[in-house]
Amino acid sequence: MNRDLSLLIGILVALLAVVLLWVFHSTLALDPGQRLASLAMERLPETGVSNPVTAVLLNYRAYDTLLELGVLLAALLGIWSLGPPRPGFQRAGPALAAMVDWVVPLAILTGGYLLWVGGHAPGGAFQAGALLGAAGVIMRLAGHANAGLPSETWQRWLVVLGAGVFTLTGLLLAFTGYGFLTYPPGQAKWLILLIETAATLAIGVTLAAAYVGGRPQPTAPPPPPLVTSASAEADR
Amino acid sequence: MTTDSLILPIALPLLGALLATALPRIAPLLGVLTAALTAMSGLWLTGLVWVSGDLSIVLGGWGLPLGIGLSADGLSAALLAMSSLVGLGISVYALGYFSGSERGLHFWPLWLLLWTALNGVFLAADLFNLYVMLELLGLSAAALGALTGSRDAVSANLRYLLVGLLGSITYLLGVALIYTAYGTLDIGLLSERVEPSALVSTSLVLMTAGLALKAALFPLHFWLPPAHANAPAPVSAALSALVVKAAFYLILRLWTDLFATITDAGAAFILGALGAGAILWGSWRALRAERLKLLAAYSTVAQIGYLFLFFPLLQALPPGPARDDLFAACVLMAVTHGFAKAGFFLAAGLVQKKAGHDRIDELGGAAQSMPATTFSIALAGSALIGLPPSGSFIAKWVLMQSALETGQWWWLIVIALGTLLAAAYIFRVLSRAFGQEPTPQCFITDARAEIPALLLALASVALLGLAAGPIWSLLGFEGVQI
Amino acid sequence: MIAQFLYGGAGILLFALGLWSLLVHAPLLRKLIALNIMGAGVFHVFIAIAHRGDALPPDPVPHALVLTGIVVAVSATALALALNSRLEQGENEPEPASSPSPGPRIHMQPALSTEPSSKGATHP
Repeated sequence: MNRDLSLLIGILVALLAVVLLWVFHSTLALDPGQRLASLAMERLPETGVSNPVTAVLLNYRAYDTLLELGVLLAALLGIWSLGPPRPGFQRAGPALAAMVDWVVPLAILTGGYLLWVGGHAPGGAFQAGALLGAAGVIMRLAGHANAGLPSETWQRWLVVLGAGVFTLTGLLLAFTGYGFLTYPPGQAKWLILLIETAATLAIGVTLAAAYVGGRPQPTAPPPPPLVTSASAEADR
Repeated sequence: MTTDSLILPIALPLLGALLATALPRIAPLLGVLTAALTAMSGLWLTGLVWVSGDLSIVLGGWGLPLGIGLSADGLSAALLAMSSLVGLGISVYALGYFSGSERGLHFWPLWLLLWTALNGVFLAADLFNLYVMLELLGLSAAALGALTGSRDAVSANLRYLLVGLLGSITYLLGVALIYTAYGTLDIGLLSERVEPSALVSTSLVLMTAGLALKAALFPLHFWLPPAHANAPAPVSAALSALVVKAAFYLILRLWTDLFATITDAGAAFILGALGAGAILWGSWRALRAERLKLLAAYSTVAQIGYLFLFFPLLQALPPGPARDDLFAACVLMAVTHGFAKAGFFLAAGLVQKKAGHDRIDELGGAAQSMPATTFSIALAGSALIGLPPSGSFIAKWVLMQSALETGQWWWLIVIALGTLLAAAYIFRVLSRAFGQEPTPQCFITDARAEIPALLLALASVALLGLAAGPIWSLLGFEGVQI
Repeated sequence: MIAQFLYGGAGILLFALGLWSLLVHAPLLRKLIALNIMGAGVFHVFIAIAHRGDALPPDPVPHALVLTGIVVAVSATALALALNSRLEQGENEPEPASSPSPGPRIHMQPALSTEPSSKGATHP
């Protein structure tokens, strides 16, 4: 790009930053006034969880989280629409394969722990799902072309599981008179755990499938021959 | 239970999208069924707003400000009705368009997700929830636009995706600043609390800029023509008729609702001036376009411009019947364009399928062998020009009247020039279509595909022109005063 | 307050840096990284404003918003990368002998020179 133009853009962006910093500073100096924090903490015991962030994500603002699962699904559907995935990597050597045999079960186990602990400490469906997705990534890097994912039919059901359980729970609650995503008193804890479990599976499968990067194939393609240069593949 | 139905136009297409993902074999069937249910729920909600006034609900049972609110007033209801009818038309058309092709399999879940986000934007009452909805809209729109898989389509929609991301991140920074000052995200609560300050002005600028980028307001429109022109026809129709309207709706909502006390004449003039630029530039490029779909895409740029002309006039008029008329005219203009452009793109898609191309200069015979399609293009075109009795004729009339009343005569020149240019580009297409070919025997050649296009184009002219009154009563205003 | 300003101000600087890089650099990957940096900047601001002095408990709402925002950003990045990789595939397949290019250049400056040409592009 033209040097003068990029200099001009730089100056304009710097001016914008100065204005934003000044505005931000003058607002912080004001009295914070009414905050959501005290209200959120006050009603925490009614939410069924004791971790305030989980309470916001799965109870106060559960609707946002439902749509966020929709965003994740939209991205995966977009990726699938672009055609079949590229072939996977070559089979891992013995050292990497041994490590994968250890790391993948550990990641799944830790994911389960994070899911459970999310109720009262930092953790929850997204962290757990990210770990499941990471397990898939590791498997594909080690030569499992489909990242350890099941068949296409199963993948399709698994990626919609989170948003599906979420929406159906919401609608069921609406039809029984509580209101959309309004958990009945005392039931919140179990409903949240149910939704989070479904969401964890969906997120993990979605992330791994997005990493595979193409529409699932009916049969897993055979691993490419060993002559493929690993470094050329790793560039992708 | 009445207010619970606010969730249906969002939950139904979402559920349909999930099912269409899980059961790809029957995705078209599920898609059309969901489309019918979604349209019904949207129209039902519009009827409810008409009968009993504004509706609102706070999800989760926590009340404001902890929960997320949904609300429907006349403005939301009018746009919801548009998305319901246009969406249904697009779905029926897509059933024929994609039948037997593998692309259809990918179309249905993404299209239903896009519809979810669209209705979600129209009904949302929470600034952060709007961000999530806008992202869902942007991602599903870009993925749909790239469905043809051609190099042009993928590259145009990659750019569309990046521009959309830039827009929503800028919008989100505005939301962050607002939350710093007021500690809430609900639009209703905020509109009671905001007071003029540097911070509020800054966040208004950030949010408007981000959304203007998504609404393709000149000169931020550069991404729109290639993205809309290279998508499959039903997707082009959805993108041009509905998706840009979501961003426009939000700007209108922010300016007339949330930040009504903050906006001033100077800022509104800038929006109007950009709109004027869009009208002239978009119409000129549409006139020069060699392809029918590119012409339609540039015409969208111009039509979005008209919508922004309303801002300086809305700002100048004091509250009262004159301003109400102008506001209703603005909504009428947006809705008419939604129907007309959807009809135009669907018809253009049929021409392209039949002729194998959509180069305007070579359309002659192909268009003439499809009388219903050509008729749809002519009807939609007359609404794009603003000929009577279309809805946009009434809207432009009120717009010009308000420009005279407020002494802002310079907009009249822009409107006149834009209308002339629009007439020129529409007649350029029609003159090719009415070539020297034998007259065909039958009006409709492919009912399932032609009828939705025809009905949508007809609605933009007849339904919205001859019966514009309902828009006024939906918005809670007195009758039209022309 | 100083701590919030430093942290949130760093977020604003990240936003500005990302914006600059997005506008100035043409390669897609740089644009995508720039957008992610802008997003990280906005998330910084949210995290900074969650803590408004020791008298108040930290606000969990912005924390949750950031978590939602991260997932949205990851999804968008994944889709953008997939579209880009599709473009590169299309570039390499018809002419396997062509030299490797640094990636497609996507121009996003609102300059009129980036108007798309109106050549008949419907033919595959």
